[in-house]
Amino acid sequence: MKHKSLVSINDYTKEEQLRILELAQEFEKNPVQRIMEDYVVASLFFEPSTRTRLSFESAANRLGAKIVGFSEASNTSVKKGESLRDTILTVANYSDLIVMRNPIEGSARFASEISSVPIINAGDGANQHPTQTLLDLYSIQKTQGSLDNLEVALVGDLKYGRTVHSLVIALCNFNTTFHLVSPVELKLPRAVKMHIKEKNLAYHQYTELEDVLPKSDVLYMTRIQKERFSDPLEYERIKNSYILHADMLPDTKENFRVMHPLPRVNEIHTSVDKSPKAYYFEQALNGVFVRQALMTLILGIK
Amino acid sequence: MNNKKVKELKVSAIENGTVIDHIPAQAMFHVIRILNLENFENMVMFATNLESKKYGTKGIIKVSNKYFAPEELNKIALVAPHASIIEIRDFQVARKTVVEIPDKINDIVKCFNPNCVTNHEDVRAHFTVTDKEEIRLKCHYCEKITSKNTMEFR
Repeated sequence: MKHKSLVSINDYTKEEQLRILELAQEFEKNPVQRIMEDYVVASLFFEPSTRTRLSFESAANRLGAKIVGFSEASNTSVKKGESLRDTILTVANYSDLIVMRNPIEGSARFASEISSVPIINAGDGANQHPTQTLLDLYSIQKTQGSLDNLEVALVGDLKYGRTVHSLVIALCNFNTTFHLVSPVELKLPRAVKMHIKEKNLAYHQYTELEDVLPKSDVLYMTRIQKERFSDPLEYERIKNSYILHADMLPDTKENFRVMHPLPRVNEIHTSVDKSPKAYYFEQALNGVFVRQALMTLILGIK
Repeated sequence: MNNKKVKELKVSAIENGTVIDHIPAQAMFHVIRILNLENFENMVMFATNLESKKYGTKGIIKVSNKYFAPEELNKIALVAPHASIIEIRDFQVARKTVVEIPDKINDIVKCFNPNCVTNHEDVRAHFTVTDKEEIRLKCHYCEKITSKNTMEFR
């Protein structure tokens, strides 16, 4: 994995993904080590992202790395009209690894082709966000004891949610049964279902959240955005139909866990937060260990 | 009297070169552009809106003293999937083939996604063909699918 950019989750094989998760466990036990002291990580966030940026920077800081970069493009030469090509070629001279978020889709792939140092895609528009997928896999493995043969329910905006698409594709390596809950307008796209079909895995589609609760091991909730609907009345009609409340949890399995890529709006009621089955905040913490594992593997430290 | 009906050629015969037949009339100028015939120096003849039993109307192009590599000709399959390619040597048909949709498309098609990096930076889109029947092209960069209705040529 040394020097190998991560742009899409499929850039890494199942074995490489599992190696990252395995190493993340080690970092979870011992997250503060000075093993990246000799390295400079460039953190280029062309659009704001609190969680992902802080999680990467916290991961690098705890390993002793130096961080250079910016958290929005407005104070940089990008504002003066510099191309992404020139920005990447320049920053590659100053750093050993580039973590980049950019609203332009495909920008991370492009950067990985011109950069002399590896690129980690921290989100390119609606396209890919592979480190989110890795931390989702880590969270599932940690709470369920294994990634194999699970019943995973994905709820909400399955059409536009990039985290859902990448997670589905990644889980296709683990004999998952998929339960897809969404309004008819926001069903999982054909291109993503193709991955499930290619592996001959089972998937079921629902419009009611209640239907999947008793059978699921993992409930992966996502936010439904108003701007996805052409008809505002339609949004008003369905917006409250995918809200999880604490009183819906008693009928779920013992090992059932609720996950969410965050930020949430109202789709998980705060009454759920106190339940031992709520896992979304721990899930966000896992992002630090997974990113530590990824960076040290790419830099060849581990 | 000779009873045999003489077939009148709408476009003169060439001695040596390539004939591209059965081009959909509306795809004629795309084919010219894809094959870069605009910058070609030998004689090129073309006609369009000709009658065709199979397709209603069709176009035909005759390029003298030029034989194309199959990869080059297969690019036109995107707009002329039924085109036939006839190699002419000494006024005779030397070889007849049909075009095939290639597995990869480079340079000639634009990614339809306005938010794709290829529409913002100095980098050309390239695609993997994921469906040869309906023609669906997956962008190497943004991973979005450009289909027949959204396809635009450079």
